[in-house]
Amino acid sequence: MFGDYSISDLGAILAMQGFAGLILFSVYVLMALGLAIIFGQMGVINMAHGEFMILGAYVTWMTSNAVQHVAPWLFPGYFFIAMILAFIASGALGMLVEWALIRHLYKRPLDTLLATWGLSLILQQAYRSIFGAREVGVELPEWMMGSWQATDSIQIPINGMFVMALTILITIVVFYILFWSSWGKQVRAVVQNRVMAGAVGINTEKVDRYTFGLGCGIAGIAGSAFTMIGSTGPTAGQLYIVDTFLVVVFGGAASLFGTIASAFSISQTQSTLEFFLSGSMAKVITLLTIVGILMVRPQGLFALKVRK
Amino acid sequence: MSDETKPGLKSPLRRKLLMGMAALPAVSMLGRPAFADVPATSAVNTTGLAVTDSEVTVGILHSVTGTMAISETGSVEAEKLAIEQINAAGGVLGRKIKFIQEDGASDWPTFAEKAKKLLVNDKCAAVMGCWTSASRKAVLPVFEQYNGMLYYPTFYEGLEQSKNVIYTGQEATQQIIAGLDWVNKTKGAKSFYLLGSDYIWPRTSNKIARKHIENHLQGCKVVGEEYFPLGSTQFNSVINKIKLTKPDVIYAIIVGGSNVAFYKQLKAAGIDLSKQTLLTISVTEDEIDGIGGENIAGAYACMKYFQSLDNPNNKAFVPAFKKMWGEKTVIGDVTQAAYLGPWLWKLTVEKAGSFDIDKIAAASPGVEFKGAPEGYVRIHENHHLWSKTRVGRAKADGQYELIYETADLVEPDPFPKGYQ
Repeated sequence: MFGDYSISDLGAILAMQGFAGLILFSVYVLMALGLAIIFGQMGVINMAHGEFMILGAYVTWMTSNAVQHVAPWLFPGYFFIAMILAFIASGALGMLVEWALIRHLYKRPLDTLLATWGLSLILQQAYRSIFGAREVGVELPEWMMGSWQATDSIQIPINGMFVMALTILITIVVFYILFWSSWGKQVRAVVQNRVMAGAVGINTEKVDRYTFGLGCGIAGIAGSAFTMIGSTGPTAGQLYIVDTFLVVVFGGAASLFGTIASAFSISQTQSTLEFFLSGSMAKVITLLTIVGILMVRPQGLFALKVRK
Repeated sequence: MSDETKPGLKSPLRRKLLMGMAALPAVSMLGRPAFADVPATSAVNTTGLAVTDSEVTVGILHSVTGTMAISETGSVEAEKLAIEQINAAGGVLGRKIKFIQEDGASDWPTFAEKAKKLLVNDKCAAVMGCWTSASRKAVLPVFEQYNGMLYYPTFYEGLEQSKNVIYTGQEATQQIIAGLDWVNKTKGAKSFYLLGSDYIWPRTSNKIARKHIENHLQGCKVVGEEYFPLGSTQFNSVINKIKLTKPDVIYAIIVGGSNVAFYKQLKAAGIDLSKQTLLTISVTEDEIDGIGGENIAGAYACMKYFQSLDNPNNKAFVPAFKKMWGEKTVIGDVTQAAYLGPWLWKLTVEKAGSFDIDKIAAASPGVEFKGAPEGYVRIHENHHLWSKTRVGRAKADGQYELIYETADLVEPDPFPKGYQ
């Protein structure tokens, strides 16, 4: 296959392919983090995760339009504002949903699957009614487009690097919140033993609400970031939901480290296979491998050891 | 009405007569009772369709909810515009068109169920509808069993022909061959990289493209062919492969949300479409709305219609469409093809002098529509349309600039020999 190409060509492709894998890894981590928090920490199967992401994308689109009309000089930096607004909007909607819907279902975890699926349909139709059935195009500032010319033949997408940087930042923040802050300790206490946590004075309802809000808010940021690489339409959230669940389940539901490890292994397998085989075959083989591994290790790559 | 100003027609009776004869459309606009000019219902409707002395019912069957709503919305809008215009011009055989709209909800069994409802319960004289091939395949047996008439707007893979369907979009060869010839001749393209979403239309189309490249274009070859599951959002690996193989032409048939991801990532990866030739048959002005004009500027598309076409029909059509559906709406190839449906049906009914499905099916070949926004179309014996193939180049404002059009109408050939 590579007989016709020069060594430098192949070297350049290898480097770019390495970055393609890392970008895919960042995308997977970013879209799975929110779900991992909600599914892993609360045991809620949030089928509407994709719709929370798309809410973030629509917020970005609205911010982009508003900034262009009101303050065009702000446009080069609007994306940062948009991401913060996306976090707030998705997070607020998440807390509302938790209060109105999810909290009544904590004792029936499987029913959350049905309830959030219904919610996802409602949200899709709401987006369609509000923003129209057609996709919207989110305009990006010029500096975020195009590629960085590392050498003559190596080009690295700028938006890919942006997603990578964003993912690293958000991962650090999430780990800080969950593992070092006092609120994070409360969350983990509630996860390990809800009754006992309540008995020592933790307001478990409040912890639940904020945890759900945090997960949804991060989904909103992910959706906002994905306007750079994907489409924004009422049903675009559906494009991400399968991969997201795959990453979280394969990683081991209750472990954030597992989510990252699984995102890494799936993205590398996927992008390497895509290069040597075709897009569809790569997906098939990746899925088969995951199914095979899950049969041997149903708890996923990393399982949290909890006394039951 | 110009008749009002004609001199020497003082007598109301003479005036009425003259209006009856010379201004038939005006008569029905004023809601006057039909006289001898409007043929009796019993004569034009022998099979119990929903035709009365003043009205005829047709169906509109598209997805306005679910995934496909993105694409099908434009078709619904175009069909409603055509119906409104036909009614304003006097209707069909003196009868106003009334439409019943059903939602296929992007779900193929739903399409079949709704098609049956439109034919059996509502007795629709014709149905404008469907978009994906899957939905058309789902309703086809229904239309054949209950003898209905479907006007189908989308360009599609061919390999189908039915007495009960008029295909107003292009079948695959009409969209592919002229475009490949053009890119080979004017760009000197020799190597092609074929891409597509993984389902029947891109696969069949790429098969035809490959056969044409390998068998009919001198010294040309396909250097890669790849498919991605519908909804794929990651294309960095294949973009690297394209960079490695350096094809003269990227031939892309990617659809839906994947489209947006593909072009955004192509641009981000530093592939400059003003230097790298990319030819697509799946991106209309509708899709560019979502992709963003700045991300696809420079790409070539092979279609039969672009909103920017410069002809008198189109210059009337585009403002009428925008007036009805908003200044910001764009009109893509399929939207225009959907607009043809009601008009072709009207012309066919008038040619046949009857609403009966069998008579319409028989009268369809040879029906011409001179007012088509794309210029001129004619129905072929195989129920597809003779139409021109055009190549346009995407501009940053989301419109296509016409680069090339075939000199003659291209014959539809749904079962191309040597291409299967």
